Amino acid sequence: MSVDQVRPSANGSAAPSVRPPAGRPAKSRTRHSRRAGRWWTPWLFLAPALILFLYFKFIPMANAITMSFQDVQPYLGNKWVGTDNYATVLTSDGFREAAWHTIVLAVGQTTGCLVLGLALALLMEGQSRRLGVIRSAAFLPVVVPIAVVAELWRIMYHPTGDGMINSLLGLVGSGPSGFINDPHTSMASIMVTGIWRGAPYDMMIFLAGLGSVDRGLYEAAKVDGASRLQRVRYVTIPGLRSVFSILFILAAIRGLRVFTEVFLLTNGGPDGSTEVVMTLIYKLGLEQNRLGVGAAGAVLLFLATLVLTVCVHLFRRRGNE
Amino acid sequence: MSAPTETALGLTESRSIGGRVAKAVTYALVLVVFAGPLLALLVGAFNHVKDPTQLSLIPSGATLDNFRTAFDQGVLKYLLNSFFVVGFGLLLQVAVSVLAGYALARKKFRGMTVVMVAILATLMLPEEILAIPLSLILADLPVVHFNLIGTLAGMIVPLGAWAFSILVMTEFMKDVPRELEEAARIDGAGDLRIFAQIILPMCKPALGVIGVFGFTMIWDQYLLPLLVATNSSSYTLPLALRTLRIDPSVTPGVVMAASLLALLPSVVVFLFFQRSFVQGLTSGALKG
Repeated sequence: MSVDQVRPSANGSAAPSVRPPAGRPAKSRTRHSRRAGRWWTPWLFLAPALILFLYFKFIPMANAITMSFQDVQPYLGNKWVGTDNYATVLTSDGFREAAWHTIVLAVGQTTGCLVLGLALALLMEGQSRRLGVIRSAAFLPVVVPIAVVAELWRIMYHPTGDGMINSLLGLVGSGPSGFINDPHTSMASIMVTGIWRGAPYDMMIFLAGLGSVDRGLYEAAKVDGASRLQRVRYVTIPGLRSVFSILFILAAIRGLRVFTEVFLLTNGGPDGSTEVVMTLIYKLGLEQNRLGVGAAGAVLLFLATLVLTVCVHLFRRRGNE
Repeated sequence: MSAPTETALGLTESRSIGGRVAKAVTYALVLVVFAGPLLALLVGAFNHVKDPTQLSLIPSGATLDNFRTAFDQGVLKYLLNSFFVVGFGLLLQVAVSVLAGYALARKKFRGMTVVMVAILATLMLPEEILAIPLSLILADLPVVHFNLIGTLAGMIVPLGAWAFSILVMTEFMKDVPRELEEAARIDGAGDLRIFAQIILPMCKPALGVIGVFGFTMIWDQYLLPLLVATNSSSYTLPLALRTLRIDPSVTPGVVMAASLLALLPSVVVFLFFQRSFVQGLTSGALKG
């Protein structure tokens, strides 16, 4: 129905045009119900979402917490073991090492993505169509499925001198490197792959942020005789502060929960040199069936992301005051 | 240069030959680093690549053999599985999100804040953390006791709970003018009618954002299908890549052909709906 059709009945009080619809009692025409409908109407609209969130977010989260205090034995019944699982996790060398690897990877990837993403954004800011095409091309790694990224880089990282990246390294007289097959370089290799996929994402967000930096300040800086680098250092980067903190949180959380690329590139090897928390949890929980211990690890990982997010928010609020 | 197009680095200002060359070299380098590997994948998929050392950017004797072998290995079935999951998963996700968004944006009711906060909180809850309990729940859904492990439905149903889409819809629906709704209500239209005929048609931009974003998200999914799939008949294409690679009889060329098929849908969707995609990206980032 169009608005024009409705308007006359809204203005005029002519009774025939506002007759109640069939089957509905006249009471429902009161002002209250016309505005708000019945009390359960919103819940009806929300029902599918609430059921799905309950089943696939809230119950799993509650289960993760209870399982972390239990010795989980499917079909046999769970046994309450207090904080034993947490003790097992926190005292095991494997978990500590995995936590360390995760932090190294998260810090490295986050820094790499932020720095490279900012550099790309600064280089490719502009309105020309040619730049737009280059930006889209540089953004492609973000939309490529992570499984494809991993398989592609596995091939490029081929450890002999004829491998794609090794032959490039050969041109500048270095290598061949074992990359993901060598415990000394495996972590850095995963990091590079992660940065390759993550930096263009940060670039896009930075570009959006660059658009909102006050142009007048650039003019003013120019008038004051500031060089290009000074302009970036004193005008652009301060203007991007909120973008930095958002990207930092996103990248750090992405880094802590890293799973697929490690699972596919090295699966924690060689010699456990790239074992991260999630690959360890996957092995404990789903391959060795030590579900309680795996759940405890997952809860700890969740707490880490929570603490990190809260810290950054507090830090931001203080910075803004 | 006029003020509005001024950029931070002011690269467009450089008119000297040296500056132009430096600019061209930089852009070429960016393209080689970020698009080069994907180009190598494209070339490799159509080349006879017998081992990984033969990966190159130069095509030599294009062939469809890799795709033929890939289809013999069941890649077509995996691709269809992927499309099935993304199709129904996206349908469910969008339907759930627009319904919830309508209630949260256009209604005032007791408990609304609690619902909103609960949904928002799941934005900070990575699915990786829920992996273990989620796999147990999918094996035996509470109350109804269905076992979804090993079925494509097990990969689809959890996709319905996606806070980002609900958030985008809620924010957008809030801005639809009240007058339209009031007028329809006076004419006797119920909530379902107002939702379907007035609010929803005005939300096309937001639908574009959650559609495009949901598509790439679902297509990229790895852990959930990994938890659910028990044998190759329920593999999605991304999952199957690993199995193909491990199989010693499959050459890297075939893996690359399958990889190309796995990346094409999301790249095509991105290129066609770039505007919606970037919109969703920035709004998602600025809200998350």
